[in-house]
Amino acid sequence: MTLADLKRGQQGIITDVSSIHIPLKLLEMGCLPGNLVELVQVAPFADPMYLNINGSHLAIRKETAIHILIETTNE
Amino acid sequence: MSKQINVALIGNPNTGKTSVFNALTGLNQKVGNYPGITVEKKEGICKLPRGVKAHIIDLPGTYSLNASSLDENVVIELLLNKNDKDYPDVAVVVSDVENLKRNLLLFTQIKDLQIPTILVINMSDRMAYKGISLDIEYLEKELNTKIALISTRKNKGIQELKELITHYKELSSEPCLNASTIDKSYFDNLRKAFPNQLLYKLWLVITQDVNFGKTDRKTIEAVEDFKTKSNADLKRLQQKETIKRYQFINETLKKGQTIDLNSAKDLRIKLDRILTHKVWGYLIFGVILLLIFQAIYDWSSVPMDFIDSSFASLSEWTKNTLPEGAFTNLLAEGIISGLGGIVIFIPQIAFLFLFISILEESGYMSRVVFLMDRIMRRFGLSGKSVVPLISGTACAIPAIMATRNIESWKERLITILVTPFTTCSARLPVYLIIIALVIPEGRFLGFISYQALTLMLLYLIGFGAAVGSAWILNKIMNFKSKSFFVVEMPNYKLPLFKNVALTVIEKTKAFVFGAGKIILAISIILWFLASYGPGDNFNKAESIVTEKFASENLSEDELHQKIESHKLEHSFIGIAGHAIEPAIRPLGYDWKIGIAIVSSFAAREVFVGTLATIYSVGSDEEETIKNRMAGEVNPILGGPLFNFASGISLLLFYAFAMQCMSTLAIVKKETNSWKWPMYQLVIMSAFAYIVALVAYQILI
Repeated sequence: MTLADLKRGQQGIITDVSSIHIPLKLLEMGCLPGNLVELVQVAPFADPMYLNINGSHLAIRKETAIHILIETTNE
Repeated sequence: MSKQINVALIGNPNTGKTSVFNALTGLNQKVGNYPGITVEKKEGICKLPRGVKAHIIDLPGTYSLNASSLDENVVIELLLNKNDKDYPDVAVVVSDVENLKRNLLLFTQIKDLQIPTILVINMSDRMAYKGISLDIEYLEKELNTKIALISTRKNKGIQELKELITHYKELSSEPCLNASTIDKSYFDNLRKAFPNQLLYKLWLVITQDVNFGKTDRKTIEAVEDFKTKSNADLKRLQQKETIKRYQFINETLKKGQTIDLNSAKDLRIKLDRILTHKVWGYLIFGVILLLIFQAIYDWSSVPMDFIDSSFASLSEWTKNTLPEGAFTNLLAEGIISGLGGIVIFIPQIAFLFLFISILEESGYMSRVVFLMDRIMRRFGLSGKSVVPLISGTACAIPAIMATRNIESWKERLITILVTPFTTCSARLPVYLIIIALVIPEGRFLGFISYQALTLMLLYLIGFGAAVGSAWILNKIMNFKSKSFFVVEMPNYKLPLFKNVALTVIEKTKAFVFGAGKIILAISIILWFLASYGPGDNFNKAESIVTEKFASENLSEDELHQKIESHKLEHSFIGIAGHAIEPAIRPLGYDWKIGIAIVSSFAAREVFVGTLATIYSVGSDEEETIKNRMAGEVNPILGGPLFNFASGISLLLFYAFAMQCMSTLAIVKKETNSWKWPMYQLVIMSAFAYIVALVAYQILI
């Protein structure tokens, strides 16, 4: 699944990022394989998405989120 | 003269870098632009112990040395160019104790450039609150640096930082990790080809495609036996490099930092639950906008009225005190009124930036961007364009200055270009008097007055024109820079008074000394054109008018008004009004309205005052002017000049035309070129003309 499928409050582990579609800036802010990601809040129509990635809080658009693969963690 | 130490402040956005800058320099700072571009350059002087002085430059906030915007480019260009006069003797990397991991990424990159570096860990007052403790000694050893633990909020640690800067020569300039292991053979080749260059510098030049000195990407790749890499490969390597850096940082922080989650408190979650809520979030933002609007529209009218009357009496006093003559007139009516026309904007600018800097400082602005992004994106605007567009309803000048915090140049430019369409408060007097003249007093469905409805429609038309033209501009403007949307959602903080105050002062100064010069020049020119004219008709106005009305037994006041009216008609501006009459007749206007349109270029509200002079009413009372206007007869068609058709046409003309020299001046300043304000002037005015023409021809 991709980051765009995450529900509000859910967590996941990033498994892969498509480096062609993802700005380097996002990687530098901690969006790297192995890091924990949580969907904190979504704007109407689930776009943009407010995330907590590895302790960094940031918002990205859905068009970016679909290029980030994740695995959900069982809570 | 002792040599100054060049200090560069570098750091992620939202780390309180500007607070550190303010704490070090206080009021000894100046803000300018980097040559040729619109990125702000902040520099200041800091007095260090033992009489040493430091020249401090506050570089734009950046997350890494891999630049993705013009602002970030400034950072890397300075750090790569040893010959730049601002090249730092010491780099001070400012980090936020709560985001140390991410902040250290930039730190490790700066270290790789082998510049002596100090690490500032700011917001140390939050450590207990967040359950964070640090092993400073260990971190200093691992990171190969000196650390200043400071709190700009509590004013702690600044002295220690100054000491560290003074002794910058003792700092290590060795890197803290070896990033070249990500592709050993590639970097070995690079080293062989350029033995005298810093490896990381070369790497930055290759990946950024910038040039410093005589080295750029092409000269590196032109070297024989040197294998070039595709862009995709380079990007993969950059990703590897980032992972490598994070590995090092994670290991260092594992030992150097402990976070006790049990004692950590989080205000963010609670606040965000409300402030970014699908319903409450928008409601709260609406209330905040209303408050801003109220402040610039209503509260600032008190100081504005005061400024207005003060300059009027100063002008009056000058005229009465100094000997009569051309110079006194220039001083009293040209220069002093022109200065008044600049100072009058200060309350609105100060209020708007008071609010904006509070919103920025508190971290709330990022939530606005989050809430509004999807709606604004459709029109090629940013979530941050909302505040400028709404403040444009008070005045376009502070609104255009407020676009500075939109990172993407394309989004910022579009916002600047379309903001003047929103209905600013200077249009209001024009709207009110024309609506009162041509719109019937009845009520729609029995309770909404037609006049109020018209006014509301005019506001909607203005906003619609802004958004619609943004949509078109977004489609036709081609910008190479691809913008990604990544917005940091910083922690909520109480704004620091010092930062807010300095922002307000700095923005006001930027307006007065930047756009102010242009405004003063144009208003003196306009004054000259309205006060002088060629030939006898102007110069002998008094005798002509006195003779003409000799039989009518006018009072002295009435005669004086007739003379003023006659003078204005035959002044240069009056001649211009006559000259454009053929062009504006199809819109339903006569030459008198023509004069009012030309002179209202100084400020739209001048329209009413100019008509009062032409009609020689001699009173600014709206009722009097209105009655006089109602009696005007169309010289060609007969019937009232201000009828429904010409009234609507005039309203639409004022809704769309770019009739404000102050706005043009500020656009020139903000875009650093006359090209954009000229586009605005020509396109908006042409559009206004066509719409007014069509409306009049249909309605007549």
